[in-house]
Amino acid sequence: MNAPAAAGIATPLPETLFSVPGMRCAGCISKLENGLAAVPGIAAARVNFTAKRVTVTHLPEMTAPDLTAAFAGLGFEAQPLGAGLVAPTGEGAQLLRYMAVAGFAAMNVMLLSVSVWSGADGATRDMFHWLSALIALPAIAYAGQPFFRSAWTALKHGRTNMDVPISIGVTLATALSLYETMTGGAHAYFDSAVMLLFFLLTGRWLDAVMRDRARDGVTALLRNTAPGALVRQADGSTLWIEAVDLRPGMVMLVAAGERIAADGEIVSGRSHVDLSLLTGESLPVLAIPGDRAQAGTINIDGPLTVRITAAGAETGIAEIARLMESAGQSRSRYVRIADRAARLYAPAVHTLALLSLIGWLLAGAGWHQALLIAAAVLIITCPCALGLAVPAAQIVASGTLMRAGVLVKDGSALERLAEADRVVFDKTGTLTLGRPQPLALEELSPLQKSLALALAETSRHPLSAALRRALVAEGVGPAYVSDIAEVPGQGVTGQWQGKTVSLGRSDDDGETLATALQIGTASPAIIRFADPLRPDAAAIVAALAGLGLPGSILSGDRPSAVDAVARTLGLNARAGLSPQDKLAAIAALKAGGARPLMVGDGLNDGPALAAGHVAMAPASASDASQNAADVVFLGDSLAPVATAVRVARATARVVQQNFAAAIAYNVIAVPLAIAGQVTPLLAALAMSGSSIIVVANALRLRGAAK
Amino acid sequence: MSGLVILVPVALGLGLLGLAAFFWSLRHKQFDDMDGAALRILIDEDTPLERRDDA
Repeated sequence: MNAPAAAGIATPLPETLFSVPGMRCAGCISKLENGLAAVPGIAAARVNFTAKRVTVTHLPEMTAPDLTAAFAGLGFEAQPLGAGLVAPTGEGAQLLRYMAVAGFAAMNVMLLSVSVWSGADGATRDMFHWLSALIALPAIAYAGQPFFRSAWTALKHGRTNMDVPISIGVTLATALSLYETMTGGAHAYFDSAVMLLFFLLTGRWLDAVMRDRARDGVTALLRNTAPGALVRQADGSTLWIEAVDLRPGMVMLVAAGERIAADGEIVSGRSHVDLSLLTGESLPVLAIPGDRAQAGTINIDGPLTVRITAAGAETGIAEIARLMESAGQSRSRYVRIADRAARLYAPAVHTLALLSLIGWLLAGAGWHQALLIAAAVLIITCPCALGLAVPAAQIVASGTLMRAGVLVKDGSALERLAEADRVVFDKTGTLTLGRPQPLALEELSPLQKSLALALAETSRHPLSAALRRALVAEGVGPAYVSDIAEVPGQGVTGQWQGKTVSLGRSDDDGETLATALQIGTASPAIIRFADPLRPDAAAIVAALAGLGLPGSILSGDRPSAVDAVARTLGLNARAGLSPQDKLAAIAALKAGGARPLMVGDGLNDGPALAAGHVAMAPASASDASQNAADVVFLGDSLAPVATAVRVARATARVVQQNFAAAIAYNVIAVPLAIAGQVTPLLAALAMSGSSIIVVANALRLRGAAK
Repeated sequence: MSGLVILVPVALGLGLLGLAAFFWSLRHKQFDDMDGAALRILIDEDTPLERRDDA
């Protein structure tokens, strides 16, 4: 609370947005807000718990690493969100405004209409009609905008969509009702017009809410690629430079544990580099001066100095991103089921309304009566069931999936997931956990365990981190070890009761990862590591095959590592593939008429994810892969993949039932409307009745994930 | 009948008031962090009362 000293400055302080996925409770909110505000240089912090974000207001001289360190001091992992990652929220809020106005108008007009239906006539009926007009006209002009705009755009391009009959129906009904009101007529359709808008807007809003919610969930998980780097200046000092401003020729200092921000050549230092983002390879690779450093990889255990050779759009990682973009274009051509239905439905509705108009004119009815009947046909056929059925079913399904740990990005993903007929897995990080875990820890004595923990705690090497996680989970406490020092590429050494203890490279370099724990001069204890399969991988692969999705593996890893996994799971596998190879394999499947579900996590899977008919990624995936995937699942289990497929199919069934209900309802209602028997009361009942049926049917999906 | 002259505007006015209140709360970000709002009520303010005046 000592920062408000800065409050007197006239210019507003800069704000930085952080994603903090680790906040889980009320305690975290107060800890973050009070703790950050107490850090010198930070004026205020505001938590948005729903989006798992923190907005930090700070002095201009505080850089992103300073702020991240402040979060770390409070025990939270935080990632600064660049401007590009924060999607504008606005569509949902705007639709909510339209919906509120339409709902308000619908309620009030309905109140007046009920009196008219109950038998008000003469001057009272006229006054109530005028009052309805007073409420409905501005409400329709405001809340109808999204439909009118979309219909106008479609008509301008010579096409027709669902919004055209909606717009014509609403406009016609309103104009005729106004005429009725002015001439003291008996029937005004203001209530139907406004209620129609309200129901349809509810459908649109649900659709937008679903997209917003999943997007917030995904951005909260995104691990940003390095937002910048410390660059050495000519005078020897260092300066933090954002990734977009890095240029070839600059020399950047990459600390242990940092993500490398640009491609370059290593000038000095010695460290292991985690290439898993690019290659899917699980073993970290030793990097020495003269080696290439690639953007997006993580420097694990020693500081490196890198001369930049390519930055920004020139890096290898950006090349993969471009490949993904072009591969994703086929998916944007997918036509959603509601739009496919609209292609058939809209012309049919137009023709019916026009035919009844002409028919009644030929039968000798006046223009007024014929138009009134045509408007009734348009209103009765107007697709509440279509407008509400699909979003209602999909938002209930996505809510169900979200509780089961699956984030669905939009409705079309659910539709495509239901159509998938085979599944293609990446290996590292998808079928396996993507992080090494120590094997046979029970062979160590309690003393060895606590010494290993004491040494492992000080290192950021992934094997140390894995060992620490496993030991802490077992409830082991660290021994007291002094003079701990880490030699990059060698290991950690320390002093314990007068003996030298070390945790470091194991001499027997076999197929498996291993580290050696040495106490004094005794022979070292070897701790082996493996990247284990996700706990239920075999069961889920079998379950998917049972659902009609036979699986296969496309991996960038070594054939020996891939074969072991493929044998255990009984899948066909191809190993040693580049991102382009994976993309080509998916394209070949699609050319053969298959609709592959791609499940992958690495950046090397990105193009294949974008090309797949539908794609899923675990939450541990690289951010680019999470962006390319339609569905992101949380946790160590692979079960959400099968759950998502099952729920998507249940959703497709419910949508079909809703369509069937809509058609059945039209078969009854349309002849009545054409016969001129539909009064405003009947229209209102039919509309709300069909909407309630459709929503109730969709609610059945709540238990679909079990 | 003459009662309607008063009652109808009153009813409409109350409805509009509700609509205006809803728009106000939308604009003031009352719906931006629904989960957080539910949790914030659980936070114990352990700062003394007089310190809260300047907070």
